[in-house]
Amino acid sequence: MAEIGAILRTFADEYKKTPAKVKALDAFIVYALATAGVQFLYMLLVGTFPFNSFLAGILCSLAFFSLTVCLRMQIDPSNKDFSGISPERAFADYVLANAVLFLAVWNYMG
Amino acid sequence: MAHFNAYGWGFKALLLLFISIMAFSIRLFSVVKYESVIHEFDPYFNYRVTQFLTKEGFYSMWDWFDDRTWYPLGRVIGGTVYPGLIFTAGSMYKILHALNIPLHVQEVCVFTAPLFSALCALSAYGLVSECRSDGAGLAAAAMVAMVPSYISRSVAGSYDNEGVAIFALVNVFYTFIKTINTGSLGWAVLNLLSYFYMVLSWGGYSFVINLLPIYCLACVASGRMTGRHYLAFAPLVFMGTLLAASVPVVGFNSVLMSEHFGAFFTCIVLHAALALRFVRGLLPQRQFEAAVRLAVTAAAAVGAVVVTLVVGYVVRSPTFGWTGRSLTLLDPTYASRFVPIIASVSEHQPPSWPSYITDLHAAVLLAPAGIIGCFKNLNNGALFLVLYGITAVYFSGVMVRLMLVLAPAACCLAGVAVSDILNTLCCSLKAHGAVLPLPALARGGGDGAGGSAAAGKGGAPGAAARRGGRGGSDGGDGGVLSSVLGREWNPLPKTVAIAGFVGVVGLLMSYTIHCIGVSADAYSAPSIVMQAPQEDGSYYVFDDFREAYAWLRHNTDPETKVASWWDYGYQTTAMANRTVIVDNNTWNTSHIATVGRAMASPEAKAWKIFRSLDVEYVFVVFGGVIGYSGDDINKFLWMVRIGGGVYPDIKEADYLTKDVRIGLFADLSAAQYGQRGYDRVRGYVIGRTDVTLKYFEEAFTSQHWMMRIYRVRDRPLRDSAKPKSARQRAAAAAAA
Repeated sequence: MAEIGAILRTFADEYKKTPAKVKALDAFIVYALATAGVQFLYMLLVGTFPFNSFLAGILCSLAFFSLTVCLRMQIDPSNKDFSGISPERAFADYVLANAVLFLAVWNYMG
Repeated sequence: MAHFNAYGWGFKALLLLFISIMAFSIRLFSVVKYESVIHEFDPYFNYRVTQFLTKEGFYSMWDWFDDRTWYPLGRVIGGTVYPGLIFTAGSMYKILHALNIPLHVQEVCVFTAPLFSALCALSAYGLVSECRSDGAGLAAAAMVAMVPSYISRSVAGSYDNEGVAIFALVNVFYTFIKTINTGSLGWAVLNLLSYFYMVLSWGGYSFVINLLPIYCLACVASGRMTGRHYLAFAPLVFMGTLLAASVPVVGFNSVLMSEHFGAFFTCIVLHAALALRFVRGLLPQRQFEAAVRLAVTAAAAVGAVVVTLVVGYVVRSPTFGWTGRSLTLLDPTYASRFVPIIASVSEHQPPSWPSYITDLHAAVLLAPAGIIGCFKNLNNGALFLVLYGITAVYFSGVMVRLMLVLAPAACCLAGVAVSDILNTLCCSLKAHGAVLPLPALARGGGDGAGGSAAAGKGGAPGAAARRGGRGGSDGGDGGVLSSVLGREWNPLPKTVAIAGFVGVVGLLMSYTIHCIGVSADAYSAPSIVMQAPQEDGSYYVFDDFREAYAWLRHNTDPETKVASWWDYGYQTTAMANRTVIVDNNTWNTSHIATVGRAMASPEAKAWKIFRSLDVEYVFVVFGGVIGYSGDDINKFLWMVRIGGGVYPDIKEADYLTKDVRIGLFADLSAAQYGQRGYDRVRGYVIGRTDVTLKYFEEAFTSQHWMMRIYRVRDRPLRDSAKPKSARQRAAAAAAA
């Protein structure tokens, strides 16, 4: 237990060093996951009845989550995987991907 | 490759243009030798739907209920068809007409497949140049452009899903590798759209959605996984599933069928691996290890629960959540045991060994070398090529049809091999200060369609030699060479290098000659028109199919129901425009079995079955007169097998003896022919000679007797020839 506490403390200390922009994105990621979690809970409690709505809802949250994770990795200066991509370019790509995502989800509405 | 920079983009673009033109034109033999006509069976259905689409518009196609087929059931076209090909051709037609180019739908359909094979060559270039080098990419593009296996499904007129789907397949792989190499979400969106097009086009998309996870797992296992892999894969799975579910024919299968579970599982693994990398970046080493221990314990507990749930879900379904077609792939004996309808299609049989040589030729030889070449410099793309090649080889071994999936893989690997071999040989020549045997190249270059391919491959060494000549140093540029080859390198002896060079060029030229020959002779036959060479060198044309369909169209009531074996269903609806009982869609085995049973039954029983289905005309394809081996006699055992699969009164063993009276079908074939039917494939004589039909009457027989159309009589002829029973005879005697 003490070990876990130590690990968490170090983790928190290290995490404080990340830039504010990235932290904001992390909050966004947590939010996206939370929406998926709420829908998952709803599915467990109530059921999947309008299956297309359920599918669109949960996949939208998950896709949004993964896209935001990608954006976070791209603009995180400590991440060396995406060295060739500027933050502006990353954001433009992100907007485009989200446009496509919500266009796809739109098909399931109504 | 560095050598190409001497010429820049213009040279590459020129070569790619030549390759595209060659890919298009090598597929036009069918139009030149025969005519601009839709081929075979399935293309007729696609053609018919495209006609509907261009007349009624996209939205009414989704809602189209086709009552001309599967009488009396009908078929919901919009929900049971992969619409990619039809939408593609339909859009091209609309665009052409918007530009005031009044092409007929048929012309657009005929030339769709060649056009997309040109695009496929470009995608193959992109894929291999991302994985390896531009030189290898050009070689791969040239080989894909004329690989016979792909030609067989994309000649002009072969208007089938595969025509666009193979392009879509290679394009998905290209954009996927491009996404990984660039790490840009923009490319990921393109990749997603290519995947969507693939799902729209062909059921083979499940190959993509399983190969990509295998690749990602391999990357995780080999420790080369980066954030870019996550970026390429995870959004593709989530958004791709969403888009796939919006295609009616796929629908909720995209989350409920086991084919897709591998992708979801890999997605979880990728998230875990990514989280691990993230935490490792933050924590010091010792604490990280402790954290991993804790996380692994927790994950094992959660994982066990999830696995139990999934296994529970999968086991509950009778086929373990797999569709029949996929089971056929994973267990090659599945179809022959349980689904005779799948096994009965010749393209679903395992291929024979010679067909690998016919369909791939030099690529068979070079692809394994390409795999070795990929391992020599194993980057992200090369690993992908290797995995693609290996999985595709397996699937091609299960079904002839899936040779198509192997063809681009083998060609890409072969392109890598050709590029590597030529590099080594030419660098050796350069090291010896030898001038390249340019006349040999020039000969290759003057060879028409094949020449552009040879030039595509010869371009790299030509440029290399030129540079070596300018440098003018003997072996002094070893640094350049080893940087080209990526390792320490000793030049080959001059004679060996020259011999090897001539050998490679010879191999590629023989590949070209083989491809053109196969394309011209073997794969261009439309199979609805046949030709036979005559003594004076001209061709004799057998046009019986269209003759008979035209007879049906002009001489029968529009609401007539026509029965035949299911192979001819699409052609009958498309060319004769009459309602059919079964067609090539084969979704309802018992309905097909009913027709099979009627064909295998004696006349009286068959008559009852056909009457109960409101059938007015029955036709059989008969090759006895001209020796056409693809006739119904060849297919007859499958009628028995499929019929017997549903109706136990049909037993296959009864039909294997030669001299048995063999049912309606043989009677219809042989009536008035005077000889018995002959199974040319198996060398059997079947049926009887003295056939007098009582329940059917001959309505039309085409010029060479290939199509025989019979009318089902309203009531049977009076039975004069039947020997009377003993009591009737006694009664007659008493009356006399």
